[in-house]
Amino acid sequence: MTALVLEGRLDAAAASSLWERTMRAASAPVAIDISRVTYCDGAGAALVLAAAARARAAGGGEIIGASEDVGAVIALTRKGGEAAATGQVVARPPESLALVVGRGAVNGARGMGDSITFLGEAISATVLTVLRPWTLRWDDTMRHAEEAGTRALPLIVMLGFLFGLILAFQSAIPMRQYGAEIFVANLVAVSVFRELGPLLAAVILAGRSGSAFAAEIGTMKVNEEVDALTTMGLDPFRFLVVPRLIAAIAIMPVLIAAMNLAAVAGMSTVMMSLGFPLVAISNQVVSWTSMGDVIGGVAKGMVFGAVVAGIGCARGMRTGAGPRAVGDSATSAVVGGIVSIVVLDGIFAVIFYLMGW
Amino acid sequence: MVPEIPPARGDRVGPGPEAPKVIVATGLTQRFGSNTVFENVSFDVREGEVFVILGGSGCGKSTLLKLLIGLRRPTAGAISILGEDLLAADGEKRRLLLRRFGVMFQLGALFGSMTLLENVLLPLESFTDLPAEARLAIARSKLGMVGLGDATQKLPSEISGGMVKRAAIARAMALDPPLLFLDEPSAGLDPITSAGLDQLILTLARDLGVTFVIVTHELDSILTVADRVIMLDKAARGMIATGDPRELRATSTQPTVRAFFNRIAEAA
Repeated sequence: MTALVLEGRLDAAAASSLWERTMRAASAPVAIDISRVTYCDGAGAALVLAAAARARAAGGGEIIGASEDVGAVIALTRKGGEAAATGQVVARPPESLALVVGRGAVNGARGMGDSITFLGEAISATVLTVLRPWTLRWDDTMRHAEEAGTRALPLIVMLGFLFGLILAFQSAIPMRQYGAEIFVANLVAVSVFRELGPLLAAVILAGRSGSAFAAEIGTMKVNEEVDALTTMGLDPFRFLVVPRLIAAIAIMPVLIAAMNLAAVAGMSTVMMSLGFPLVAISNQVVSWTSMGDVIGGVAKGMVFGAVVAGIGCARGMRTGAGPRAVGDSATSAVVGGIVSIVVLDGIFAVIFYLMGW
Repeated sequence: MVPEIPPARGDRVGPGPEAPKVIVATGLTQRFGSNTVFENVSFDVREGEVFVILGGSGCGKSTLLKLLIGLRRPTAGAISILGEDLLAADGEKRRLLLRRFGVMFQLGALFGSMTLLENVLLPLESFTDLPAEARLAIARSKLGMVGLGDATQKLPSEISGGMVKRAAIARAMALDPPLLFLDEPSAGLDPITSAGLDQLILTLARDLGVTFVIVTHELDSILTVADRVIMLDKAARGMIATGDPRELRATSTQPTVRAFFNRIAEAA
């Protein structure tokens, strides 16, 4: 019988370059002669076995001349191949639309159920804590308030100042055409106090602290710390969620006040550069804004704070297993938080309109 | 070759069948969808016993532990712990029952933002009215008991894996529970640290009369500490043996039990 002779070092590199030629040559009734093979690894053995299988179909396929070492590698590779004979790399067929929609609906309903359960447990734990304030973990609450509040202040002030500055510049140009530049002060103050201050402060809270809450609690979940709390008879809600919720609600008025003041300072800088004295600017602001604007904005912001912290904690508590789980929770906390506050802001706009504010 | 019984066990003899039962599990079955992990598993644990749940990977050891500590409800069956029906207890009653036993998780599950001392203090602060000075003394003594007297101010991230597990045992013992559950105490530890942990378990069982329920597949540890074992098997979807591990090793004719105790690889 004719022999197909392989020789030299039969490693992954050699197997790659020889594969097609060897398979073509093995399409005839030949024996596979490996007596001159000096080294063979898993890829080389796969080449020899594949060539033998191809030749066997044509009536040949005997492997001859294997040294002890090379023969052992080929035998082990063959044994592994036989054990995993059914393993195939198959492309997954695309899922049907009905399956995708059905799974989405089930997951959506399950997620909504989880959210409602979480909301109920969070409200009940928070109410219980408010009724019995000595049960609150004050140290943790203060730490979260410092992290979410004090450390966010430089960012809040910088963004608020720039926002007021940009808004004033942009609105001064069209207002100048009507000789109404002085009303830029009113426009910036009202829009920041009522709308943009709370909204921007909440977006920053979602980006900085909502993600941090989800990641912290998610990591604790992955490390079994949440399970440890449960088996110690400690309520994870009162231990982990309530301090973060209360901290977020408590620091929102401070963040909103800082944002508002910084935005007014930014606007004043622009107005003074246009030649308006500070006293005229402050007169415009004071006479055109009411306490209702400020209180409405702050109240709205506190609700935003609770929602951002609640979503962050809920995503953390629902963290799954695996290396991506904590990252996924943090991402979904930010996205969920921002979407929720914008939706809520719309609802507040309608409520305030109906109330005549 | 049959491994020798490590010397640390000494002449320890576990409690006899007349000892009161602290855990009674009856007909436990756990299914996830159509996949049955185990079914109809029944056993009891006696007071003062070191009881080991063993078996190969994927046989349901950790799932069984989660049922026993109340983190998961079984598909079917009943669990009585310290005379209380674990599955029927809810609300405050359940929380009170959970406080009567301690758990050491596989990764330790120490709270990363707290020092070792604060970790051990947590259950004392949460569930006792002891004065601060007494709580501190108790927490220090628990850490000293597990050989961490000089590491009380360290954070979990600053200590080795073996020390984390010791600290987790100290925290689990903080309220002096009569029953401790340990999940894979030797996992990821070097043989010397692992032997030290075995010695600690035997010391606590002997000196404090604590009942241990341990999930592990480390043969040396099993032969050292266990008074009695149950063996779960993935293929049988349930319990295939129970008894003194040294007797099982010597006398069992069940192929999987013999293979486990004599370290015979299935693939060979």
